[in-house]
Amino acid sequence: MSTLTPGFHGRPRPQGVALPPGQYVETGFPVLSAGPTPRLDTASWRLDVTTETGVTRSWSWAELMALPQDEPTVDIHCVTRWSKFGTTWRGVSLDTLLAEVESTADFAMVGSYGGYTTNLPVSELLGGKAWIAHTFDGAPLHPVHGGPARLLVPHLYFWKSAKWVNSITLMPMDRQGFWERLGYHDLGDPWREQRYQGD
Amino acid sequence: MTEAPARLGARYARPSGWQVATLVDAWAESPSARTLVLEVAHWPGHMAGQHVDLRLTAPDGYRAERSYSVGSAATRSTVPEGSALDGAAPARVELTVQRVAGGEVSTYLTDVFAVGDAIELRGPVGGWFVWSPERDAGTPVLLAAGGSGLVPLMAMLRTRREAGDRTPVRLVYSVRRPEDRLYVDDLDRLVAAHDGLDVQVVYTRSTPLGSVRGPGRLERRELAAWGWPAEIEPACFVCGPTGFVEALARQLVSLGHDPARIRTERFGPAAD
Repeated sequence: MSTLTPGFHGRPRPQGVALPPGQYVETGFPVLSAGPTPRLDTASWRLDVTTETGVTRSWSWAELMALPQDEPTVDIHCVTRWSKFGTTWRGVSLDTLLAEVESTADFAMVGSYGGYTTNLPVSELLGGKAWIAHTFDGAPLHPVHGGPARLLVPHLYFWKSAKWVNSITLMPMDRQGFWERLGYHDLGDPWREQRYQGD
Repeated sequence: MTEAPARLGARYARPSGWQVATLVDAWAESPSARTLVLEVAHWPGHMAGQHVDLRLTAPDGYRAERSYSVGSAATRSTVPEGSALDGAAPARVELTVQRVAGGEVSTYLTDVFAVGDAIELRGPVGGWFVWSPERDAGTPVLLAAGGSGLVPLMAMLRTRREAGDRTPVRLVYSVRRPEDRLYVDDLDRLVAAHDGLDVQVVYTRSTPLGSVRGPGRLERRELAAWGWPAEIEPACFVCGPTGFVEALARQLVSLGHDPARIRTERFGPAAD
């Protein structure tokens, strides 16, 4: 369905950048979250990866920092319709983090301090597509943006990039996370405009 | 396979597709905000706090989409769960749009969009930042609004009125100037009903004549005095620009409120 909106012209179209459907270019860094921002201490921070057989592997902050670090520059796309180009991050690739984890699971539930969850196929987390990011634009990631560390999965809508990440639970069957239970898409590919269930 | 519990929000969880809505009435809610009354052909019902997506299409095919909170009271579902939207009854839905300087959609909706014009609409959307008397009655509510963040909270207050619900509610509303206040008359009517709603307005830039409190941001001690004590375990809804939401949510946590009882929704282009 396409309906013209009389008198609407919109902003000048962005040149030389690829914008997913329904998105606009944002130069700031808006904040969205469903509740208060938790203030976390890296001294007690940990990340748990639990497999479908119940085996848990944990990393402390120091252990995370001791892993090989990546510096991805990526475009990010929020389901609230802003896209931000060329964001620079530092963090640990999930390829590195999960390399030694024994699992045949196809799905993951990512959990956060504060109780947030989001589900993703494991295939979307591997292959140089996802990181545990702790540095944004050269500075420690601010708590409102998910610091000390957040998941970064830039090729999916940004609600998948769980702030304040604390756990990854591998699952043989898909289950739904926080926004997904409330009607948002299980995959969330911005290029296919998968905002809501059924898109 | 899902973990979805049998909760009211799930009934509304799957937004329907795009449909054409028509502007049937509109008025200035403040010098910089406009309320739009949209006639929607198939409206499946909504909960207070939910929003809709609007889609605008320019002559060259360029499209812009934005979300706006519904300000009118909740409407009951008119279709059985899981059935097609086509069976849903028509309804009128009110949105209030705050004009954002340079905003490509908000300036169109406040300045150009005329009664009789059509627009594409999808919704309702969102099942987290919602309140319903059926589900939530009995738990005291604290509403904190910054600027146009009042819109979804107003939907909650109007829903409470229509349901004849007497859940104790306290609203703390922060605006820059007296002329920026939204829903002035209707809020006065709601308060005048003396049915358990308490409203405090805070002005951050300039105050009305005769105001005892000077202009300034809501302080923690004011929130402590005007909000509910944490021991009462109220449901807290905080909506506004990011700076406001961050400050309020942080103050509530520091006053002892359980973060799990604080729901937030952030508005506007606020970047940091």
